[in-house]
Amino acid sequence: MSDAIPMPGGRNRFGSNSGQPLTRRDGVLKVTGAATFAADNHPDRLLHAVTAGATVSRGRVTFLDVEAAKAHPGVVAVITPENRPPLAMDPDEKPTRFSFRTEVLQDDTVRYAGQPIALVVAETLEAATEGARLLSPRYEEEPARHGFDAVDTYEPEAVGVGAPAKVGKGDVEAGLAAATRRVEVRYETPGQYHNAMEPHAIVAEWDGDRVTLDTPNQALVMSTGAFAAWFGIPAENVTIRSPFLGGGFGSKAIIFGGQVLAILAARMLQRPVKLALRRDQMYGPVGHRGATRQEMRLGIDDEGRLTALDHLTTSATSSFEEFLEPASNASLNTYATPALLARHKAVRWDIGTPGPMRAPGEASGSAVLESAMDEAAFAAGLDPLEFRLRNYAETDPASGKRFSAKALRECYADGAKRFGWAGRPLAPGQMRDETGRLVGWGMGTALFHAPMFQAEAKATLRADGTALVETAGADMGQGAWTALHQIAADGLGLAISMVEFHSGHSGLPDGGIAGGSGHTATAGSALHAAGTDAIAKLSELAVGDERSPLFGAGNVGVEARDGRLYRADDPERSESYAEILARAGLSEIGGAGQGARDPASAEERAMFSHGAVFAEVKVDPDLGQIKVSRLVGAFAAGRIINPRLASSQLYGGMIWGLGFALEEQAVHDRRSGRIMNANIAEYHVPVNADVPEMDVILVPEDDPYVNPLGIKGVGEIGITGTVGAIANAVWHATGIRARRFPIGIADMLTRPQAA
Amino acid sequence: MNLFEYVRPASVAEAIAAAGEPNSAYLGAGTNLLDLMKGGALTPARLVDLTHLPDLGSIETLPDGSTRIGALVKNAALAHDTDFAKRFPVVAEALLSGASAQLRNAATVGGNLMQRTRCPYFTDTASACNKRQPGSGCDAIGGENRSHAVLGWSENCIAVHPSDFCVALTALGAIVEIEGTTGRREVPITEFFLLPGDTPEKETVLEAGEMIVAVRLPAEAAKLAANQRYLKVRERTSYAFALASAAAALTIENGAITEARLALGGVAPKPWRASEAEAALVGKAPGKEAFAAAAEAAFAEAKPSGDNAYKIELGKRVVARVLAMAAAGTPERMPALPASAFAPLPEGVVNV
Ligand SMILES: Cc1cc2nc3c(=O)[nH]c(=O)nc-3n(C[C@H](O)[C@H](O)[C@H](O)COP(=O)(O)OP(=O)(O)OC[C@H]3O[C@@H](n4cnc5c(N)ncnc54)[C@H](O)[C@@H]3O)c2cc1C
Ligand code: SF4
Repeated sequence: MSDAIPMPGGRNRFGSNSGQPLTRRDGVLKVTGAATFAADNHPDRLLHAVTAGATVSRGRVTFLDVEAAKAHPGVVAVITPENRPPLAMDPDEKPTRFSFRTEVLQDDTVRYAGQPIALVVAETLEAATEGARLLSPRYEEEPARHGFDAVDTYEPEAVGVGAPAKVGKGDVEAGLAAATRRVEVRYETPGQYHNAMEPHAIVAEWDGDRVTLDTPNQALVMSTGAFAAWFGIPAENVTIRSPFLGGGFGSKAIIFGGQVLAILAARMLQRPVKLALRRDQMYGPVGHRGATRQEMRLGIDDEGRLTALDHLTTSATSSFEEFLEPASNASLNTYATPALLARHKAVRWDIGTPGPMRAPGEASGSAVLESAMDEAAFAAGLDPLEFRLRNYAETDPASGKRFSAKALRECYADGAKRFGWAGRPLAPGQMRDETGRLVGWGMGTALFHAPMFQAEAKATLRADGTALVETAGADMGQGAWTALHQIAADGLGLAISMVEFHSGHSGLPDGGIAGGSGHTATAGSALHAAGTDAIAKLSELAVGDERSPLFGAGNVGVEARDGRLYRADDPERSESYAEILARAGLSEIGGAGQGARDPASAEERAMFSHGAVFAEVKVDPDLGQIKVSRLVGAFAAGRIINPRLASSQLYGGMIWGLGFALEEQAVHDRRSGRIMNANIAEYHVPVNADVPEMDVILVPEDDPYVNPLGIKGVGEIGITGTVGAIANAVWHATGIRARRFPIGIADMLTRPQAA
Repeated sequence: MNLFEYVRPASVAEAIAAAGEPNSAYLGAGTNLLDLMKGGALTPARLVDLTHLPDLGSIETLPDGSTRIGALVKNAALAHDTDFAKRFPVVAEALLSGASAQLRNAATVGGNLMQRTRCPYFTDTASACNKRQPGSGCDAIGGENRSHAVLGWSENCIAVHPSDFCVALTALGAIVEIEGTTGRREVPITEFFLLPGDTPEKETVLEAGEMIVAVRLPAEAAKLAANQRYLKVRERTSYAFALASAAAALTIENGAITEARLALGGVAPKPWRASEAEAALVGKAPGKEAFAAAAEAAFAEAKPSGDNAYKIELGKRVVARVLAMAAAGTPERMPALPASAFAPLPEGVVNV
């Protein structure tokens, strides 16, 4: 790649911005309320749209009281399958890799509870809401299909986003047969919902055949194409403004029907239209982490080494679309084993289609893998950490490739030390705190792939010595604005205060997807490359100009630092960017860059972030209430651009893991299939009081292969490892393996009470 | 939300007159009522806003030594009133274990008593619910009912009363002061709430238009201040409704329990006074044996209403524990996690 980032001497010489724990650039805007989220936009003549959701899980809408809704004061239009204006695209089509079949009032079928069955548009939000209620739908209802035992399984072709449903090596049956001990266990994980703080929202406004959308979006430029396809206009006619996202977690990467309907209503009524979901409307149409049933078989030899590992996941998806939680694939890259099988089956339920949710596959898969490994360690009579070290993978178990970098041993060691793991009794139920509560310690390995997508960026050096950098990236609260800005400033050899950073707008160069923990690496590489490209052009001006102190330095090279170019072999000879531009009579000089993985290193190396999580829990022996009392995570994830933000991501991931282990689950009525806790009072996520003393250790790791900057990702890995660590700690405290998440009080009450 | 009329009365009399109209509802802080209206579970035609009424916002000690809490006193203000919390620590602890700081800052005493069940089928307008729509059936039966009642339920309704505050009030024998068109009346809290029977829609003795003006704690309740606790088991450390809770107050003299108060939350359609358990405790030496016997007595009549048999076992353990905690003495300071299983515990209370 000609525009790959040139690194003098082949090593990363990094500027002074990266590595600094800067606070978030958007922090003040957010805490003062000055940040405008999508729903904060109120253009003139704005109309409000509200979808009516189906209350049955399967069947047909036979009646809607459109007259009653229309008669409600303030209601402007009621859109149903009867009168919906045409769309340019069939709702079963998929304009992008991240498109799902969705509902845009194409017919009267109901495929899940909460599915939009009409759109009411009104002068006020209240009128639209009441209009939607007044529709009082009637249905021809069919029984809802739900539950792993209630429906037949099928063999899927792919899982996740295009991953193979079955991967393996070696002979698992032979490995199991040869084992001296076998662990065969079945676990279940429930449906979980992203519940981003900011509900999905869109404000759509047309101007001729151009449309401007204020909507939170994790993949801006790609989404312009997707929206355009629905309306038969060129992608460049769609502008998406998404400066802030109040959390996305995967649920704002995929376009859902409601957005399309709001845009359609805006065109039909020739007025701007806003649609903002209520919390309960986020349980169905905008994705979730699909439920899984996972069966694991592990074989262990006399030395405590794996002889075989078989991970079979049955993933639940909707009746009309596939997103299958690729949970078994979490077993592909962690532990060494001669025989390995990761396979998936699927079931179709009458639910909204699942989608990627923070650490898709890895979160659920690692929860079970790490629990099963703990069971295996105990069966082998080994300390769980020792057991993992015996099964340490020196090369990627699935592909046999060398790792690009893997500081997992250091993670284990640093984490164990900080936690005080040594001396942990092997048997459960051995430890008590001073008041007699049961105490348990558990651990888990954390792992997440380190992907890169495609991104582009521009950098412009200006005559006054400042610069502008641009990429259509997305800050979901993870701190992208800050970290990307730091990288961009380094690419330009400028202090961050001299660099203006533009992002969050689809008119900028494609910043790629904020997902897969690859945004910083991808967009960051593009920004850095754009900066170095601009500097290269600037250098050309200087070294070719007799009047410059850098004249003739072409061979030895120049270095960019603090707004000046220095001769590489003589730091006394330098010139400021502004001087060079002024002499050349230029008002600015621009550079462009791309970020993408180098295919050669991708071919040769397996690339992952690693970590180790240690948890202490306390369980009240009588009441069964569980509390995590300590969490330590040590993570090696390449170069850390901003230790404060990276740690926050890891803390957040680990807290998410706590929620997975002990709290989160959608409760479906077994008859209707409706979710009975579609609100955040009853759908529990961790609150402050749940979150214990936590430690995050950033283990240094130099990864020369992932990308020239050495950046991996930290957004998702914190969940992996943590769920298993907590579940294992609960077992260690009580001797109870719930084997069903979330682990709750009722599970604990099966422990006989001491007299 | 349906269109409704909003009335802001200037006096209790005006409020009562306004609320006498059919399909009216009193509005406290709205933390419960407005949520239910937004979801369409309740659709009152008129809201009578009580929050601007004078004289209902104070906590006073009356000449007879009883304490009177105005219906508009905020949950947080009551719990943080130092004098009140000293005299009735179990009430303060129960209040502080409920909801979140923000909600407690807003929620009123009257609203807390009158808050509706968290039964999800009550909130979900697509479900059959006898409480929301008398005679329509009860979808909680045979549905997702792990948190439903094990005591006092009927074939028509198995929902639990969600309040923590009311459990403590029930243990201490509070009296509800009611005002209506026909004047004032007083009802002991144990008689204020009704069991579902055949009329689950009728949750209290309040008649149309009647409002709660105050709640009174009798003077003798303050005598129990040295040994009282609230314990609430829930699915996360804070900000969750009780799966099972209990308020206990004891008088212990010369090594024997001379008076016992016990009420249960999260297990019954109303805050549940466990009189048999109280009786079983009197005369006994405080200790594991007596507490276990009381726990058995408290749940002697319990039966599962669905997938909730575990709550009977859990409830017994909660009772045994709260009694042990109360016997150990009211703590000097309110624990940082009030009523939590993870608040500091006196020694010997946990079963090892
Ligand atoms: C997320 C969440 C979590 C919660 N967790 C808990 C918890 O853990 N424990 C707990 O105990 N509670 C909990 N609550 C409930 C909370 O305590 C109640 O919402 C609150 O006490 C209601 O008070 P209010 O003033 O807002 O009442 P409103 O919502 O205004 O009214 C509630 C009801 O009382 C009626 N009413 C109000 N005042 C009077 C009066 N003076 N006379 C007659 N009727 C009246 C209203 O008509 C309405 O029917 C929680 C609530 C929420 C939203
Ligand atoms: S338990 Fe009571 S509140 Fe719940 S659905 Fe049945 S009748 Fe309604």
